[in-house]
Amino acid sequence: MVFLTRIEHFNAAHKLYNPSWAREKNEEVFGVCANENWHGHNYELYVTIKGTPDPETGFLFDVKKLSEIIKEHIIEKLDHRNLNIEVDFMKDKMCSTENLAIGIWNQLKNRLPAAVSLHAIKLYETPRIFVEYFGQS
Amino acid sequence: MEKKVAIFRKEHFNAAHRLFVHGWTDEQNLEQFGKCSNPHFHGHNYELVVKVTGIPDPVTGYVINLSTLSSIIQKHVLARFDHKNLNLDTKEFASLNPTAENIVYVIYEILRKELDASLDLSVRLYETERNFVEYPA
Repeated sequence: MVFLTRIEHFNAAHKLYNPSWAREKNEEVFGVCANENWHGHNYELYVTIKGTPDPETGFLFDVKKLSEIIKEHIIEKLDHRNLNIEVDFMKDKMCSTENLAIGIWNQLKNRLPAAVSLHAIKLYETPRIFVEYFGQS
Repeated sequence: MEKKVAIFRKEHFNAAHRLFVHGWTDEQNLEQFGKCSNPHFHGHNYELVVKVTGIPDPVTGYVINLSTLSSIIQKHVLARFDHKNLNLDTKEFASLNPTAENIVYVIYEILRKELDASLDLSVRLYETERNFVEYPA
C-alpha cells in the first residue's frame, strides 16, 4: 500500500454562525469568528489517496489527473468564494473546518478510479489550525 | 556604539475582503479584478512583518521593547482588522480599495504615528505565501 498526497490551496470567506441561534449566543460560542460580515482564510488542502502502484507505469494514480479532479470539484467551487452562501455541498451546514473537510471527502470519494481509494483529507484553516478526516470507519 | 539594528515582529490576522473600486459598476470591477471582486467576498490569512530600525539604547540594549511593539500592533492594527471584513467593517477601507498595496500603506501610516521619530519603520504584508508587498519601497 502506497499513500500519495496532492496539495492545493484556496482563499475564501466564511463565518461561524448558527442561524437558529440569537446573535448574542453566536458571539458567545464563536467569538470573533461569528462576525456577521465574514472574515477569511488561506486554506491549504492535502488530499491523500492509497493503493498499489501500477506495475507498468509505477504510478498509484497520475497526479496531474488527481489535481484536475480536485480543481474541478473542489477548488473551482471554493476558491475566492463565500463558503457559507456560495458552495452547494456546504448548504445548510455549519461552515467549520471539520465540516468542510467532510464535505470535500464526500465530493471526492466517488470520483477516483476503482484501483485507488481516498485515504485522508487534511485541511489547514491557518498555519496552526488543521483538521483531518479519514472517512467513516 | 552608533550602529543601527533592525528588529522584526511578526503578527497575523484573518480577514474577508473584495477588490472593489467605488464609482465603478460590479461589471467593471469584475472585469478588472476577476474573482477577487466576488460580491460575496473571499478572505486571507494575512501575515504581517514589522521592521523597526534604530540605535540600541546604551543602557537597555533595546531598539524597542518587543513587548511594547507587539502591544502597539495588537491595539492599533489587529484589533481593527482581525476577523473583520475590510470593506464593510473598517473605516480605513470604506472607500479605499483593500489591495495588499493599500493595506500595507495604511498599516504603515497607523504604526508610524505610534513610534518614536528616531526609529525607522518598514512593513511587509503577505496576502498569501507567494503574494506580498512592502512599504516603503
